[in-house]
Amino acid sequence: MAEGRSDGARFFSPAGRHLLGLQGMHPTQIEPILDLAETYALMNRSRKTPRDLLRGRTVINLFFEDSTRTRTSFELAGKRLGADVINMSVAQSSVNKGETLLDTAATLNAMRTDILVVRHAQSGAPALLAKKVEAAVVNAGDGTHEHPTQALLDAVTIRRHLGRISGLTVAICGDVAHSRVARSNIHLLTAMANKVRVVGPPTLVPGAFSALGVEVHHTMEEGLRDADVVMMLRLQRERMSGGQVPSAREYFRFYGLNRRRLDLAKPGALVMHPGPMNRGVEIDSQIADSDQSVIQEQVEMGVAVRMAVLDRLVRGGVS
Amino acid sequence: MSAKSTDILFENVRLLDPASGLDRPGRLLVRSGRIADHDLPGAEGAPEGAEIVQGGGAVLCPGLVDIRVEIGEPGHEYRETVKSATRAAFAGGVTTVAVLPTGTPPIDDPAMVRLLRSRGDDPGSLTLLPYGAVTKGCKGGELAEIGLLREAGAVAFTDGAQAIASARLMKLALTYARGFGGMVVQHPEEPSLAGSGCATDGELAIRLGLPGIPTAAEAIMIARDIRLAELTGGRLHFGHVSTGEGVELIRRAKQRGLAVTCDTAPQYFDLNENAIGDFRTYAKFSPPLRAEADRLAICAALADGTIDAVASDHTPRDADDKRLPFAQAAAGGTGLATLLGVTLTRYHDGTLSLLDAVALLTSRPAALLGLDRETTAVTPSRARGGWRPAGALTAGHAADLCLFDPDRAWRVVAGSLPGHAQNTPFDGRALEGRVLGTWKEGLRVFGGEA
Repeated sequence: MAEGRSDGARFFSPAGRHLLGLQGMHPTQIEPILDLAETYALMNRSRKTPRDLLRGRTVINLFFEDSTRTRTSFELAGKRLGADVINMSVAQSSVNKGETLLDTAATLNAMRTDILVVRHAQSGAPALLAKKVEAAVVNAGDGTHEHPTQALLDAVTIRRHLGRISGLTVAICGDVAHSRVARSNIHLLTAMANKVRVVGPPTLVPGAFSALGVEVHHTMEEGLRDADVVMMLRLQRERMSGGQVPSAREYFRFYGLNRRRLDLAKPGALVMHPGPMNRGVEIDSQIADSDQSVIQEQVEMGVAVRMAVLDRLVRGGVS
Repeated sequence: MSAKSTDILFENVRLLDPASGLDRPGRLLVRSGRIADHDLPGAEGAPEGAEIVQGGGAVLCPGLVDIRVEIGEPGHEYRETVKSATRAAFAGGVTTVAVLPTGTPPIDDPAMVRLLRSRGDDPGSLTLLPYGAVTKGCKGGELAEIGLLREAGAVAFTDGAQAIASARLMKLALTYARGFGGMVVQHPEEPSLAGSGCATDGELAIRLGLPGIPTAAEAIMIARDIRLAELTGGRLHFGHVSTGEGVELIRRAKQRGLAVTCDTAPQYFDLNENAIGDFRTYAKFSPPLRAEADRLAICAALADGTIDAVASDHTPRDADDKRLPFAQAAAGGTGLATLLGVTLTRYHDGTLSLLDAVALLTSRPAALLGLDRETTAVTPSRARGGWRPAGALTAGHAADLCLFDPDRAWRVVAGSLPGHAQNTPFDGRALEGRVLGTWKEGLRVFGGEA
């Protein structure tokens, strides 16, 4: 942990003890995880996974924020590798009784946990936990900071379909400002030498994002042109009450993904969404269900990527 | 008003076109409602069947573009209808108006924009360019559907005389409207400082016992919003600026290259706070009339170009709205019919050249709203709701024209002004500069033979 030369070292410790984020990660750190995930994807399909790999190991899903999909995905990943998986939904536990995050960490530490999978509404909460526990910490989404396993599963999905994960043009569309998915994807995709565009109204896609090495576009027509991949983000209801977007109908009118806009991208461009979707707000139902949509496969790759991450963390690190 | 626009040849006129800097005696030919040519050799005869208008040396300029007009319709037809506002506008040489969104219902829905625009689409009608509301219901809460309003043809965005109070909301509005090429027009008055005030803080307000508004209320809002425009890259315009401190902030922002503009209204460079004298509610305005030093500062800002346009700030009010104790009376005055005459006072006193005075009423306001060029694509996604160009004597443009005699004197008489609303603050004022005729797309809509 002390090396700290780059952000990658900070978020993804040199020993590979934690997976806190993808910022600063090198392709040589990313590619082995993608390879391993593809192996696990095939094993999952043939229902032959190494069930003894994590036997006797404990994985705790520590979710301070509601999430069914990500939690289930990690739970399945752990179980398919033979780990004991415990779900702690902290929304209705001791944290509500006033226990601080660090008290929770101390408690879990005393239980000799191997891996803590943490989802928290505050950016940086998993990093704080990681400093205080013996266990390996996997960030399962922290505030508006990072969601590394989502970006990794997106990368696997893209690579399976397009045969590579570099030299592509990827448009990330919607509420980029408040999206941890967008940030993790930006870090991964730029590290892998792709051209990344972020697209949305200026209230949700601030020009300052260009500092992350991406192109900023405020119209779908510009942003989607000749894209290989179109990643849609979920528009949270709070954006409307918060005033960043006047109404769902206006949002769909100018920033919803429909056939006409998708046709500006490359023929056969992939359509992705981290879920859950708002049909008719950020994405037209027809597009979500079309041949170009790989949204269901993203979910499948989610389990495989999380298996790969748990595997690497237990067996001597991800790097 | 059927489409019987014949060809017209204006002879013996002084052609004044600030957009091109043209100011010389000449002739101008109109064909099929459009400006055909203003460079005819003197000897060339009129085309067959053309009507000939003898200008007698009067000035022929583009029809005036008034970027700040309230119309009672819809919602307050007893104050004024589109029809009566049109009469007042044409009598004042005005052929294009931008309409504030603060009627009832407010223009915060794309259907309202289309409805209002369609009222001005008939040949010979006053062109109505609706502003869209910045916030739903102009209530200062959540953003209105700026994208859809813009697509429907909203020319810019404002909450009218309701200042956008929250700094966070103003930042959002400037940021979001930028994505649709929309300008945000602010009422430059910090509302918590203005409170229930109805006159400018100072000796007069003290003597009259009226709650005052410090002039700093304008400077504070302008300074804040300039900073927000800089932060967001948004397009910001201040309506009816009225203080020296306010225009100085805008002057400096322009020197720094920021996209900040402003307009003022005739009452702020022709009247000062003394006009409210014995509680004269017809001189009650928002922002309130200012001290003489501020009036002079506004004149200076007109002369040096800091102020980009003069808008009438036309606000029709019924006698019942005005015959109330001063603090309770409605603010605002009619201004369409007197816009040119009062603005020309600054030409006659040497503050402005005639070309500059007319520029403040034609080419410069047109440029603020993007009417200086053909506009079709409002959003890149679909071309709809474009605007016809206005404010210039350019060949091919609609023949919206104003013929006026800059030296002919007349007196403003409340009660006999064209149009319905008579709440002018200039009652009894002698003016030099009278509109002789107004043409809209080649149709004569005001004035007999000159």
